[in-house]
Amino acid sequence: MSKTITVQDLNVYYGDFLAVHDVTMDIAAKSVTAFIGPSGCGKSTFLRTLNRMHEVLPGARVEGKVLVDGDDLYAPGVDPVTVRRQIGMVFQRPNPFPTMSIRDNVLAGVRLNNKRLPRSEAADLVEKSLRGANLWNEVKDRLDKPGQGLSGGQQQRLCIARAIAVEPEVLLMDEPCSALDPISTLAVEDLISELKDSYTVVIVTHNMQQAARVSDRTAFFNIAGTGKPGKLIEYAETSTVFNNPSVQATEDYVSGRFG
Amino acid sequence: MSAAASTVARPAGRNRYSTGSLPRRINLYTLPGSFILAAAVMGLLGFNWFGLAAFTALIYLAAISGLSLVVENRRRAMDRFIRGLVTSAFLLALLPLVSTLWTVVSKGIGVLSWEFIGTSGGGTTINPDTLELVTSSGALQAIVGTLEITGLATLFSVPIGLLTAIYLVEYAAPTHWLRRTVNFLVDVMTGIPSIVAGLFAFSLFTLILGPKAFSGLSAAVALSVLMIPTVVRSCEEMLRLVPADLREAAYALGVTKFVTIVKVVIPTAIAGIATGITLAIARVIGETAPIFMAASFTDAFNGNPLAGPMQTLPVMAYTGYKFPGQDIALSNSQAWGAALLLVLLVVVLNLVARIIAAIFAPKTSR
Repeated sequence: MSKTITVQDLNVYYGDFLAVHDVTMDIAAKSVTAFIGPSGCGKSTFLRTLNRMHEVLPGARVEGKVLVDGDDLYAPGVDPVTVRRQIGMVFQRPNPFPTMSIRDNVLAGVRLNNKRLPRSEAADLVEKSLRGANLWNEVKDRLDKPGQGLSGGQQQRLCIARAIAVEPEVLLMDEPCSALDPISTLAVEDLISELKDSYTVVIVTHNMQQAARVSDRTAFFNIAGTGKPGKLIEYAETSTVFNNPSVQATEDYVSGRFG
Repeated sequence: MSAAASTVARPAGRNRYSTGSLPRRINLYTLPGSFILAAAVMGLLGFNWFGLAAFTALIYLAAISGLSLVVENRRRAMDRFIRGLVTSAFLLALLPLVSTLWTVVSKGIGVLSWEFIGTSGGGTTINPDTLELVTSSGALQAIVGTLEITGLATLFSVPIGLLTAIYLVEYAAPTHWLRRTVNFLVDVMTGIPSIVAGLFAFSLFTLILGPKAFSGLSAAVALSVLMIPTVVRSCEEMLRLVPADLREAAYALGVTKFVTIVKVVIPTAIAGIATGITLAIARVIGETAPIFMAASFTDAFNGNPLAGPMQTLPVMAYTGYKFPGQDIALSNSQAWGAALLLVLLVVVLNLVARIIAAIFAPKTSR
């Protein structure tokens, strides 16, 4: 189910502004890859190009290739909607649909794509996804309650359940824990380690301990200054990046000496 | 003041940060006092209600801020003064509203009866006992006319307005020429005087159907011209309030833009949209001039909006005063009855809007 991602010479633009410059990297299947770097260095922008979510903003475009198991996401004729069905995303702020119950939130991806599910299959899918997101035991008695009535950490796990309910091949996470308390963060981190068994996970984080805890490989992005494009500085095994980085800037950043 | 700042011994029990303060219910003592003083002034100058209220307010403001300045400090005095000023302004603004309501209710309540609501005017019958001609005086034709014309106008403007708002919020790029054009036209339409809308509908239907083309449909078209910009603006506001997060969440699940709008954005905004539409209806339901031009007026019952003059409540109130029948007193009282019915209708509409908003509002209870 999980797939490898190959990025070749990717430039990301907002209008005329070059936001991310010349990124090339391979992301292995069934692994967790973390993107770290200072604010504004383009890691979230880059993450969003991996499922064509950056196109939601007017004027955003890319040059280069993103291959998922060899298929170029930016080849002519590729429908971004189809791409996003295969590559799910979890956002910084929990965003369950306010008009839907917990159950409907989990089923949203399936239902809104006009697939009809028999009642029993729907119930199975809800339970499976919520168990997958470590949320089942907390909400199994109130599936008909509104999703926004949950705590922030529960809402974020509900969003993860919603994302994995459509069985994507890759799961992108944009700072999924930055709005959560340490206990909820721990729950989500445990979840990420479990998700690795079946999905390719890419996570953007500002928390370097988190990157060190959950990821197999780490990419460090940096920016030369305001108005300059973000660049991929170093991409290696997580232990190498944190213990024995090959670039001085990486060492400065992970040791907290700048940024 | 200076004593508080100095370090010399101060009275025991006195807090360095406290100032003198007036009794808690000082307002309740000052206000009746000012009222009595104002009444005395009125006694000298000659009594009138407006003068009494104005002098009460002035004396109260002077007294409360003066007292506060002496006992408390400058800042508190200013606070009490501004508080009094704001309250007076509020009461002043409330005055015409209450007065209008009172006039309408007191003059209209006598006319209001099931017979007034349930029969239409214009028919004459002979009273078998006295052999006199009796003109029936009901408002049924106006109630039906109001509901049909406003209903048709809503039917025209809500789809157009809602779809325009969706285009502006969801589809148009911020600098696209069509978006700018639509925005400009909506702004211009908002400022169209209602009489111009009436003229437009009247001449449109006259051009198509020939002279005397009065109809409820024509009036509904005139009202739509007035209603569409209001609906566009309120729906636009409500759609913009839907967080971009929700749209992104839907896109990230591989949901198409159209389904996202229909199943996520509109349900989230539906309470506000419903309220906005109801308020737009309440706004045009009281229009008189365009309906008077486009649908003329009549005392006879006409339930067909496609042909013939139609009566509405505001037009009935207007004609009852301006073009009374032979029984002038009856016509005038009918006018007040129509006005009261209209106010009731608007109140009901506003209540409906609140109920709709409460039903559709996203539930966040734990």
